[in-house]
Amino acid sequence: MVNVNNISKTYNKGAVKAVNDVSFSVEKGELFGLIGPDGAGKSSIFRILTTLLLPDSGGATVAGYDVVKDYRQIRSSVGYMPGRFSLYPDLSIEENLHFFATVFNTTVAENYHLIEDIYVQIEPFKKRRAGKLSGGMKQKLALCCALIHKPTVLFLDEPTTGVDPVSRKEFWEMLKRLKQQGITIVVSTPYMDEATRCDRIALIQGGSILSINPPQQIVTAYPSPLYAVKATDMPRVIHVLATHQPPFNSYLFGEYIHVDMPGMGDQEAVQVLTDVLAKAGLDGIEVNPVTPTIEDCFIKLLTT
Amino acid sequence: MSMNEPVIKAENLTKRFGDFTAVDAISFEVYKGEIFGFLGANGAGKTTAMRMLCGLSTPSSGTARIAGFDVYRQTEQIKRNIGYMSQKFSLYEDLTVLENIRFFGGIYGLSNQQLKLKSDALIERLGLQPEAKKMVGELPLGWKQKLAFSVSILHEPTIVFLDEPTGGVDPVTRRQFWALIYEAASNGITVFVTTHYMDEAEYCNRISIMVDGRIAALGTPKELKIQLNESSMDGVFYQLARGAKNKD
Repeated sequence: MVNVNNISKTYNKGAVKAVNDVSFSVEKGELFGLIGPDGAGKSSIFRILTTLLLPDSGGATVAGYDVVKDYRQIRSSVGYMPGRFSLYPDLSIEENLHFFATVFNTTVAENYHLIEDIYVQIEPFKKRRAGKLSGGMKQKLALCCALIHKPTVLFLDEPTTGVDPVSRKEFWEMLKRLKQQGITIVVSTPYMDEATRCDRIALIQGGSILSINPPQQIVTAYPSPLYAVKATDMPRVIHVLATHQPPFNSYLFGEYIHVDMPGMGDQEAVQVLTDVLAKAGLDGIEVNPVTPTIEDCFIKLLTT
Repeated sequence: MSMNEPVIKAENLTKRFGDFTAVDAISFEVYKGEIFGFLGANGAGKTTAMRMLCGLSTPSSGTARIAGFDVYRQTEQIKRNIGYMSQKFSLYEDLTVLENIRFFGGIYGLSNQQLKLKSDALIERLGLQPEAKKMVGELPLGWKQKLAFSVSILHEPTIVFLDEPTGGVDPVTRRQFWALIYEAASNGITVFVTTHYMDEAEYCNRISIMVDGRIAALGTPKELKIQLNESSMDGVFYQLARGAKNKD
């Protein structure tokens, strides 16, 4: 449904490399995630695929159309929710929705089934101007407007940035239901924990793709057994692990510190770590094997 | 951390907009050198509460003292004794690193001589010498955020308010950012921070979770997990925020 072949994009006469030789493809009906921090090149890729930006080199097709030659067909067939709120602030909820339906030669009634789940949540406020809505309501309206012409592919650029964990969970539930209706979705996010909700993800940083795979496969490919360590004095644990000779590869992870222990069985690794911490005089020591998360994998890819 | 020295003391702090109560009689204390996580869903009232604590918005009722100053009558003193940084507003992109440091340091009331000493020291400490004369807009986001944080505490405030400082930052830089927070706290600066990353809630000494304008829970991360019988902060947050009325 989406084919990206070696696209690159620079800004400021080549000084800023935003997208660096990126290739990937998205199957029909797939929920595909671009996972990476701000500045990784996610938005530039979205803008190229929605024909709003020309790549310096390489090419891409969306629903079989070329992003440069066939921009008209792409514009009428895809849905795009940009990272920045881009609806009309001085039109009401229902006026915005009606406007976008009309621009795409359709009516709200015709595709209402696609947005119903989401629209009913903001319908009580339908006379309110879009500019006066809260963040979460703006996000829902923008999604409705991007869906109202029944797009073949839905491009969502950081729809959950700055959104609290509960609303984020609800948003991903909505995407799951859209996927069940057969819509192909390409979505980007800086939140690593959202990666597992995608069928496949591309981890991206500095304009380059680090890895493309189903989330489970990325986790399985983590190169070393990983342990979660804890003791009463956590700042000291960090210090002890970092200054040990040779130093452990370790970093804070919520209430624990994650430590790589390559080439060791569970029993030996737990013993070694417990000894090191006990010898440093720490108490309340806990050492347990853990399954890496996407965030662990991302950190690994960034630091090796 | 000295537990008997509250640098933030709020009692029944309330803000109403017409018939809507955005912040509903919240009471809490934050102590010197503490890292206090201020969590809540979007629309729970965090920003409104924070604006009152920074002296930017007059409460409808209740009291609060920030670094010993009253939020009704001494807002100018409050502003001089706090630092502020957010994801959305940090530095001027079209000023250089050095110009930004001088500009914000000046606003925070540092003399030219102090500014000279402190800006050189800061640039050296962050290893930004090669970038000192570059526009901030050219720096990667992670660097910008680390610089913005350092600038917000250049005048050695009693408290620094951080509003989602790590949003969108990569996981490695996010951890480096927290190392800077720990360093500031160990130097006695109180850190008041909001975040949507639940792993970061674990890095705070204590956290509060706002729901519908009220503080629904307050304690150490460990206490809250025990209290709500959850194994993770994610679970704690979800359990409390799920039932919110003022949800957007």
